[in-house]
Amino acid sequence: MEQETTEINVQPADKAKILKIWKVAGILAVITALEFVIAFTVDAGSFKTITFIIMTLVKAGYIVGEFMHLGHETKGLIYTILLPCIFVMWLILALLIQGAAIFTALGL
Amino acid sequence: MASSAVVVEENKDLWNGGGVEPFKASYGKLMMWFFLLSDAFTFSSLLVAYGLIRYRHVAFNYSSGPFEFSQSYWPVPEFVFDGMPLLHGMHLPLVFVGIMTFILIMSSVTMVLAVEAGHRNDRVAVEKWMLWTIVGGLTFLGCQAWEWSHFITGTDEGGRLLDGSIFYGANLSLNQYGPPNFAALFFFITGFHGFHVFSGVVINFIIFYQATTGVLARRGTYEMVEKVGLYWHFVDLVWVFVFTFFYLV
Repeated sequence: MEQETTEINVQPADKAKILKIWKVAGILAVITALEFVIAFTVDAGSFKTITFIIMTLVKAGYIVGEFMHLGHETKGLIYTILLPCIFVMWLILALLIQGAAIFTALGL
Repeated sequence: MASSAVVVEENKDLWNGGGVEPFKASYGKLMMWFFLLSDAFTFSSLLVAYGLIRYRHVAFNYSSGPFEFSQSYWPVPEFVFDGMPLLHGMHLPLVFVGIMTFILIMSSVTMVLAVEAGHRNDRVAVEKWMLWTIVGGLTFLGCQAWEWSHFITGTDEGGRLLDGSIFYGANLSLNQYGPPNFAALFFFITGFHGFHVFSGVVINFIIFYQATTGVLARRGTYEMVEKVGLYWHFVDLVWVFVFTFFYLV
């Protein structure tokens, strides 16, 4: 058994790959910092909300695409994961509209 | 010799297609992806409920003066989550939750580094980065425990309920910050996420243990690190959405 353990070769680290990981981490940190700046400088409204949603989706894209490596998988796998999520986004939007409709119906 | 050969053989048999791999992914990895997709549906349902309930409530009108807690409109998160350990009574909007976000992103980075080390069969580096990931996860859980106890205890002033009485803190049916659903959704969404973080830490620890005891090395592949890595990144991903929709917007 012990003999076999030593048979696995440890390969040297690829500097470019590790640099890429830290680069993505830096982008995520910068976007989060920007979110904070926007949270305290921009007035509440649809512009602020839409900016936050776009920034969140960019962050999600980097996490799923690079950290979870989905961007480097086959096209079939990418669409298998992505398409259902796009339908879920529609569900979220539809129920937000529904919530606003309930609000109007209640006449608050 | 036998042990490593058996595991590889088993992995192939799982697909039962004579070595054909759908989507060029291993069985375990693909099943993890499908599980995460179903888990994303669960979290979406919580966020959908949050969106609907929030939109059916009155929003705070900034032109009507400074913000104060009231049962008649939805609270502005930056006035609810403005506490910080050891700095009692100071208004530090979203600072603590920002630190929590940073901790979780960093633990995601150390997880990627562990996966990368696993690809190179570098046992020492896998152990190091897995341990950092576990430390990051535990730190996040500790922060969340503080956040919860702060939310449940409430502020010194409390808030006025509809019947005119003063109420301090929050439970599932009443809270000082705003409509009852606000606290209920906070507990459900951050609690469900926190439980994912907790199970992620447990799973990470099991794989860390297997790496240190040489189980993964004997198996001849560190792919398990990659699979639990997918789960851990997903937990981070969910937090990115919770952070935006519960704390920022």
